[in-house]
Amino acid sequence: MLDFSDAQLGRLFLPKLIDLARKAIDQLGRPLILMEVCGTHTVAISRSGLRSLLADHMELRSGPGCPVCVSDQSDIDRIIALARVPGVIIATFGDMVRVPGTESSLEKERALGARVEICYSPREALSIAKGNPKNEVIFVGVGFETTMPAIALTIAEAEKQGLNNFTVLSIHKRVPPAMEVLLNDPELRIDGFILPGHVCTITGRKVFDFISSEYCIPAVIAGFEATDIMQAIYLLLHQIIRGEAKTTIGYTRLVHEDGNEKARMIIDEFFESADAPWRGFGSIPGSGMALRAIHQRFDAVRKFPIEVPPSSPPEGCACGEVLRGKFKPRDCPLFGEVCTPSTPVGPCMVSSEGACAAYYQYE
Amino acid sequence: MASSTGNDVILLAHGDGGLLTHRLLEKYFLPRFDNELLHQLTDAASFPVKPGHMAITTDAFVVDPIFFPAGDIGKLAVCGTVNDLAVSGAKPLYLAASFIIEEGFPLASLERIVASIAKTCSEAGVAIVAGDTKVVGRGQADKIYITTTGIGYLLPEARLGYRRIEPGDCIIINGPLGNHGLSVLLERESFDMDAGIVSDCAPLNGMTERLIRQFPSVKFMRDLTRGGFATNAKEIALQAAVDLRLDEKSIPIDDNVKGITDILGLDPLYLANEGKFLAIISKKEAGKAVDLLQNEFSCTKSCIIGTIDAGKGDVFLKTELGGTRRLNMLTGAPLPRIC
Repeated sequence: MLDFSDAQLGRLFLPKLIDLARKAIDQLGRPLILMEVCGTHTVAISRSGLRSLLADHMELRSGPGCPVCVSDQSDIDRIIALARVPGVIIATFGDMVRVPGTESSLEKERALGARVEICYSPREALSIAKGNPKNEVIFVGVGFETTMPAIALTIAEAEKQGLNNFTVLSIHKRVPPAMEVLLNDPELRIDGFILPGHVCTITGRKVFDFISSEYCIPAVIAGFEATDIMQAIYLLLHQIIRGEAKTTIGYTRLVHEDGNEKARMIIDEFFESADAPWRGFGSIPGSGMALRAIHQRFDAVRKFPIEVPPSSPPEGCACGEVLRGKFKPRDCPLFGEVCTPSTPVGPCMVSSEGACAAYYQYE
Repeated sequence: MASSTGNDVILLAHGDGGLLTHRLLEKYFLPRFDNELLHQLTDAASFPVKPGHMAITTDAFVVDPIFFPAGDIGKLAVCGTVNDLAVSGAKPLYLAASFIIEEGFPLASLERIVASIAKTCSEAGVAIVAGDTKVVGRGQADKIYITTTGIGYLLPEARLGYRRIEPGDCIIINGPLGNHGLSVLLERESFDMDAGIVSDCAPLNGMTERLIRQFPSVKFMRDLTRGGFATNAKEIALQAAVDLRLDEKSIPIDDNVKGITDILGLDPLYLANEGKFLAIISKKEAGKAVDLLQNEFSCTKSCIIGTIDAGKGDVFLKTELGGTRRLNMLTGAPLPRIC
């Protein structure tokens, strides 16, 4: 079996990739633009130097694949409002803490006295709830299909243990509906998609088939080593040269045609699809995952019905454009000057998977 | 910190300067730190000085947890201050140590920490000559905080400074990066991962003194603590107004550190070290300096990791894939209280 973490493999492979890119450009008669949908891919591409190595031959553009980044401003404001409720402990993955809301951030609220605990897994939030029976623990459920099974299992565990001070604020999202919005954007021209490998371990390949079957754009599901991504690009270029459009699996070590049915059943037991607002996209029908009514006692939205005033993104912030593939991070006038990782204006500069943070940190 | 009797924990009265304070010093501190200067028990230690320059530095230690694999807050409090003097070209001599202890802190833990301080001082060849102990109410501090101040004299051979750094110089390090920050994180977050990662916490003054005495072209040194290697490298590049060109392949990172940081999404180049330093030295002497570290200080993974280039303050890392990425300063510290 090939070792995709072996950089030497990537180095040997690179000239072939560039050779193929030249042929594809000849074939198309214009520059190539590929989109990496997933934030983890964005980071791997920046960190390995792959973007700079391929810059003369193609543009690798980042898409809406960082769950923290696509969280709508209204959702951030809701989390901050919940953090201000007396007795509430917000449990969250670390990246959310510094995302600026309209007026504040969890980081600032924590400094002012709110209890905000950073978790590496949703199970830690359960332990916090058990250890603080007089408090209400709200776990911020952020993520795509990959994250949802673990959170569903955590709710199942809370149910089993009879915990009544634990809820989840589900701002989970599904990737395919957002892809559809991108594909329907007449201004966006993408020659091929590098699809998120981890999401596809759950969803399987078929749910992304519409990219090629309905929109005639090649798509390849990729793993997360630089060499994995190179392989996916190679497969995309082959399709482009042959004039084909298929959705295929490059990340065969982990992704199967039908994905992980058991994980999907667990998600389905606890969540149902709902409309959800995405930063930069507005509301996308069926793209969110809300807790089912029979599990409502674990639903933070139902338990803490808080009115969040309408909000608009920070002035001048182009995170929405970056997430929709319209801007590269450096096209944003705030990038690197006003907006930096230590003074972030928008979430793409905060999250460890955010495109702006990856460009700033590594390129 | 529950105690059955109250006899085996720190009480507020241990910090009031009265009888219990006296007993605490007599029983726990003085026997371990015994030295002539401390034994004077006057309000200040006095000692003779040599002609030349003195160096002084101070650092507060609030690490959480206070005990971690291959180290503890006491060892850290000695190494941190000793190493700041060491990489400044000084020979550390004396430390002052100040303790802020939370009411209810187990005396057994205090004993362990004091013993560790004493052992590390003896390894580093320094003495604790002044100290202070305060106790604050439960919840007003987290277990124990230690501040150490170190004093030493500048080695006459030391001529270190940003201004001496010039294109063509080499950058060397004494070993693999990221172990301390990761070991503290794993211990604190109670991850169920037993990867055998231990802190690299160690005094560096033996190595730095030899390098300075033996190699006149040592131009700059820096211990790679908070912000990790990357942040320190960027700071040097900016201050010296040069570019650092590094080769990812040659930067030593232990396999277990690499594996776990990959899983957690951390970059070992940004994790703190407590026993690692970089030195900038002429190309001519760089290889010999590495040989010295490898052969006489068992730094088997010490190596040259890059060179200095004319530039404007950038740090460029040639990736294993052959691409280039920039290193910047750490922003938005993912790991608080690592020292």
